[in-house]
Amino acid sequence: MELPLRVVLREDGSADPELDPGLDDEALRILFRKMALLRALDEKGLNLQRAGRIGFYIGATGQEAAEIGSGFALEEGDWVFPSYRDQGVALLQGYPLSELIGQLFGNSSDVTKGRQMPNHWCDRAARVVSVSSPVATQLPQAVGTAYAAKLRGEKIAVIGYFGDGGSSTGEFHAAMNFAGVFRTPNVFFCSNNRYAISLPVARQTAAASIAAKAAAYGIPGVRVDGNDVLAVFRVTRDALERARAGEGPTLIEALTYRIGSHSTSDDATRYRPAEEVEAWRGKDPIKRFAAHLKQRGLLDDPEEKAVFEEAREEVRRTVAVCEAAPPVPPESLVEDVYAEMPWHLEEQREWTRMPEKR
Amino acid sequence: MSQKTYRDALREALREEMIRDERVLILGEEVGVWGGTYAITRSMFTEFGSKRILDTPIAEAAIVGTAVGAAMGGLRPVAELMTINFSLVAMDQIVNNAAKIHYMFGGQIRVPLVIRTPAGWGQLAATHSQTFEAWFAHLPGLIVAMPGTPYDAKGMLKSAIRSDNPVMFIEHARLYGIKGEVPDGEYTLPLGVSDVKRPGRDITIVAYSRMLHVALGAAEALAKDGIECEVIDLRTLRPLDMAPVYASVKKTHRALVLEEDWTTCGMGAEIAARISHDRFDDLDGPVERMGQVEVPMPYARNLEALMFPDERQVTEKVREMLS
Ligand SMILES: Cc1ncc(C[n+]2csc(CCOP(=O)(O)OP(=O)(O)O)c2C)c(N)n1
Repeated sequence: MELPLRVVLREDGSADPELDPGLDDEALRILFRKMALLRALDEKGLNLQRAGRIGFYIGATGQEAAEIGSGFALEEGDWVFPSYRDQGVALLQGYPLSELIGQLFGNSSDVTKGRQMPNHWCDRAARVVSVSSPVATQLPQAVGTAYAAKLRGEKIAVIGYFGDGGSSTGEFHAAMNFAGVFRTPNVFFCSNNRYAISLPVARQTAAASIAAKAAAYGIPGVRVDGNDVLAVFRVTRDALERARAGEGPTLIEALTYRIGSHSTSDDATRYRPAEEVEAWRGKDPIKRFAAHLKQRGLLDDPEEKAVFEEAREEVRRTVAVCEAAPPVPPESLVEDVYAEMPWHLEEQREWTRMPEKR
Repeated sequence: MSQKTYRDALREALREEMIRDERVLILGEEVGVWGGTYAITRSMFTEFGSKRILDTPIAEAAIVGTAVGAAMGGLRPVAELMTINFSLVAMDQIVNNAAKIHYMFGGQIRVPLVIRTPAGWGQLAATHSQTFEAWFAHLPGLIVAMPGTPYDAKGMLKSAIRSDNPVMFIEHARLYGIKGEVPDGEYTLPLGVSDVKRPGRDITIVAYSRMLHVALGAAEALAKDGIECEVIDLRTLRPLDMAPVYASVKKTHRALVLEEDWTTCGMGAEIAARISHDRFDDLDGPVERMGQVEVPMPYARNLEALMFPDERQVTEKVREMLS
């Protein structure tokens, strides 16, 4: 069963009036600025790792439309259960840039106290839960939080992000099935960037699409052009509204492409043809949206340059502040293991305070 | 003899066994075209092809489950789990199936399966830095190997593949690059045999995997002050060969166990209990153990550095035990 691909932004830069979500000028400008900020953050993250200033980084270059388009559709109160490539969504949830960058350094500028690898962001206030490294673990959890909201009568939605590779896990299938059975207010958002580390999606599933799998769980599946920020926004907003209205979960598959390596631990040039990457560079989601804004008279070349420059400057400034922060205090090693500090860890805390014993 | 890395030693074992026995196949994430996350299977895909080296979708339960089924169906699968942390997703297949099928079938069906997977750490934080060897060593029906040197890695992996039992073969990401003597010709090493890695008379240090090297480093440092440690490498954690440990304690009267795992309910507890029960009269003091601080692994380098006993702490502990 072939699901139609939802597209708003056409080749010539115009928007299909039928699917155009009708965002106002200010909203369109914000979308563009956030896409530029995400690009700037990723560039910096990769450079910091290369320079040995942070230990690891995972970029979303090429996937900005999927990230920012879906994140922009979220409303106050919605929860995000992200994967490790969803820094763009976190930014839109009100997760401060300084916290995102602080997390990369794992020093005292990190609100999570240097506990997790870079890209494992979480912020209670922004309703972004911690990324779990084992892929797709977050999806059944997203179902549980959605069920809690339903039971408490809260009109919110819970969105869970994952990759094409994540769709192979047992957790993915069980989560879809639970969500279908319990009719939870969930949106499952798959960024199909065509690769799971080195493995192309054709080796991950024999199905025609990931969205098609929704049918097996009795929930709607939607395929969207993941490099089209307006189309992604539109389908995600519709799915979130369905969820909040009590009409049940939706699976969205955004078709995009991972321009960079999986993370700073691999080298994609060793397993992907250069022509393929070049072809996708030509479909840059930010350039595509810029062309649309220009057509609408909302952007010109100098302004476009200025937006990127501002984004880079904001990232640069924030990096300078975060990097200068002192290391996390040694005694924090034993804190937060339990809700209260048990006696055996209290003893360990004494030990962490005695440099000569360590 | 020539110097080879632990990584190359493992690859040699896999290659030799695949050539020797066409029933051997490898399956796991990224093991084929990419050559494995830690490059253990590098260039084997070109040599053996996609029928015997399977790049699987991401689903550890299905990787182990498929391997269990393939073993029951007459093959000798070697399943690679990208890291031991992801074995958690496959736990039911390992614990309730791989380890028990032979027993539950009244001995009618064997599961000649190897699960290869690295433990390890290095700013990988809470969910990516575990070892879990005690969990696996807890299970009747499973053999648990955890070699610490290139020589042992090769010989033991070959035996694991030839074994008619399911073997959990735990490697260590931080050992892949170390070099050691590995003979060029064919050899195997038995599973379930501990090994004296350094003779000594003053104290027995029991270790395995990466902590073996911490023990040897500490022993070297202490030797300069005339303290002779006997270092025993368990190599296999189930079945556990205590004979060399007992022989050693008879000489030294003191034992220290090093592990990288949390000590609560760990291998050190098992070793200490066995020595204390079986060789109580040989001991001049309690068996001591050192392991990981009992918190999840943090990311920050300054905190991570506090997590494991290092050579200096081990030497201090030994001096304290001898004073
Ligand atoms: C359970 C589990 N198995 C293996 C891994 C190792 N791993 C990390 S990311 C990844 C690929 C995931 O690909 P995909 O879901 O497509 O997301 P993408 O990285 O493309 O965004 C793998 C196999 C893991 N984190 N968790």
